[in-house]
Amino acid sequence: MRIDATELDFSALNRAIRTSEPACEITGCLGQRFIAAGMDDIDVTIEGIPGNALGAYLNGGTITVRGNAQDAVGDTMNAGRIVIHGNVGDAAGYAMRGGEIYIRKNAGYRAGIHMKAYRDKVPVMIIGGVAGSFLGEYQAGGLILVLGLERGNRRIVHNFPCTGMHGGKMILRDECQDVIFPSQVDVRKADEQDRAEIRAVLTPYCACFGLDLDDMMDAPFTVVTPSGTNPYQQLYIAN
Amino acid sequence: MRKEGEIRIPSGCAIAAMISKSGDRMCGERIVASMRPMHDRSNGLGGGFAGYGIYPEYRDFYAFHLFFDSRSTRKECEALLKEQFEVVKGELIPIRKTAAITDEPIIWRYFVAPLPSVLRDLQLDADELVVRTVMKINTSLNGAYVFSSGKNMGTFKAVGYPEDVGAFYRLDEYEGYCWTAHGRYPTNTPGWWGGAHPFTLLDCSVVHNGEISSYDANRRFIEMFGYKCTLQTDTEVITYILDYLMRVQKLTAEEAAQIIAAPFWSTIARVSDPAQKKQLQYLRTMFSSLLITGPFSIVLGFNGGLMALNDRLKLRSMVVGEKADRVYIASEEAAIRVMEPDVDTIWSPSGGEPVVVRVTGGQADGR
Repeated sequence: MRIDATELDFSALNRAIRTSEPACEITGCLGQRFIAAGMDDIDVTIEGIPGNALGAYLNGGTITVRGNAQDAVGDTMNAGRIVIHGNVGDAAGYAMRGGEIYIRKNAGYRAGIHMKAYRDKVPVMIIGGVAGSFLGEYQAGGLILVLGLERGNRRIVHNFPCTGMHGGKMILRDECQDVIFPSQVDVRKADEQDRAEIRAVLTPYCACFGLDLDDMMDAPFTVVTPSGTNPYQQLYIAN
Repeated sequence: MRKEGEIRIPSGCAIAAMISKSGDRMCGERIVASMRPMHDRSNGLGGGFAGYGIYPEYRDFYAFHLFFDSRSTRKECEALLKEQFEVVKGELIPIRKTAAITDEPIIWRYFVAPLPSVLRDLQLDADELVVRTVMKINTSLNGAYVFSSGKNMGTFKAVGYPEDVGAFYRLDEYEGYCWTAHGRYPTNTPGWWGGAHPFTLLDCSVVHNGEISSYDANRRFIEMFGYKCTLQTDTEVITYILDYLMRVQKLTAEEAAQIIAAPFWSTIARVSDPAQKKQLQYLRTMFSSLLITGPFSIVLGFNGGLMALNDRLKLRSMVVGEKADRVYIASEEAAIRVMEPDVDTIWSPSGGEPVVVRVTGGQADGR
């Protein structure tokens, strides 16, 4: 089912999504916020530019954006999958606690800020291009993976990654010679177990975007985790 | 008339801009339209626009835009202006009455030139006399407020949503080579016509989304140089800082950006070019009181160009799009797609990375 969003504000658009068949295609989208917020069992494809907080509190189903998305994609999402074929703005996956966000191109500042995990809820965000500053700021759980594709001479991540990180894992497809990490994280080369994990999470990602999995794996990966001596770990999560 | 500095309440906003690098004049309608998809970033308590190159027939005269609370205030203000300026034209700014914009003050514009005898007696240049006149009217002539004072440019602002403000001021009837726009969501002050953006002094105009935390430190410093911050809004102080750095200190827009959004010392330490490193160290040390902290994204307009800038932590969003000789800037990509659906490139500048666009022909006066 098609929904023409040209004359719809965000609440009318969300009403139309709720009352449509599970699978719908939105055309003429231009800046409407909160698309599919809190929904589950949906399969929404978007043509145009969705507004901020796309898929906020998403609780299941799939959102696909053919082009770029704006700020706060998947804010506090709980489950489901958001697939962006272009770039995302700032704070993608803000406080995300489950599900997957797949970004084909670049992410802005603060991607994965305060991502968290609980038992079987382990969020995954994969960024195909490069990430802006403060990647994984205050990260508390989950996995952030950056591939650095088509990045030219840009660093895979801009300044201050992992600031305040105290849980979860970040993996960068690069040797990271030119990246400065804060003192409270451990930085190491991916071992065989890491590479198996990377292959597992990249399999559906590559299928989404038609990328060759072996090509993606044929590169060095750097793994970043909070160091065991980090005092905040005890304070914030081991309770 | 209660100015908003008299009341303080303990922001999300929308900004947009478009410029033709070759100086082609563009109708104001498109910049107004760009604000529509960002409607929810404002709350109806302020909207405004600045247009550059809109008064070519009066390009050698300062265009003063004023709000008055009464006819007698206007008469008093005109008498004051005529003491020091030749007023070549004074008229009501044309408006289109709509239900969306209410309680409008009396809105006039004057095209003026400083009297040479006055400049000689006071030993001032023309710009400085204009600045002093604006400060004098805005601080001591109760009921009058100058909200625009540059040459061949003008600011149009009101309490209302920006798209309604644009219709109210009939911006579809103006053409400029550069436009900036703002939709306001005031969080600290209640929203008054003069407090809407852009804030302007001479041809320097600022639209701002953010909430700076260095306001008082910046204000104390800038007031030492004759500026008077009357509205308690952070945008006013940003405008005066940029006027001071670029007009008085004669720094470039890029240098001004390296002062107000100076990189962290740790970032400066990583700069590999020794000359650039030295300059960053110098500017940060020399003008430490003009470092602006807290979230902001601004577009500074000036005769002949504009600069877009985020705070160094990039706590507000900003997107830049380009198509042929046109450059578009907005808080959201959706707004850019309204102005130009088919941009060649679209990208987000990093925090503290200025995007400066200069016009090379047409109506631009250069700077």
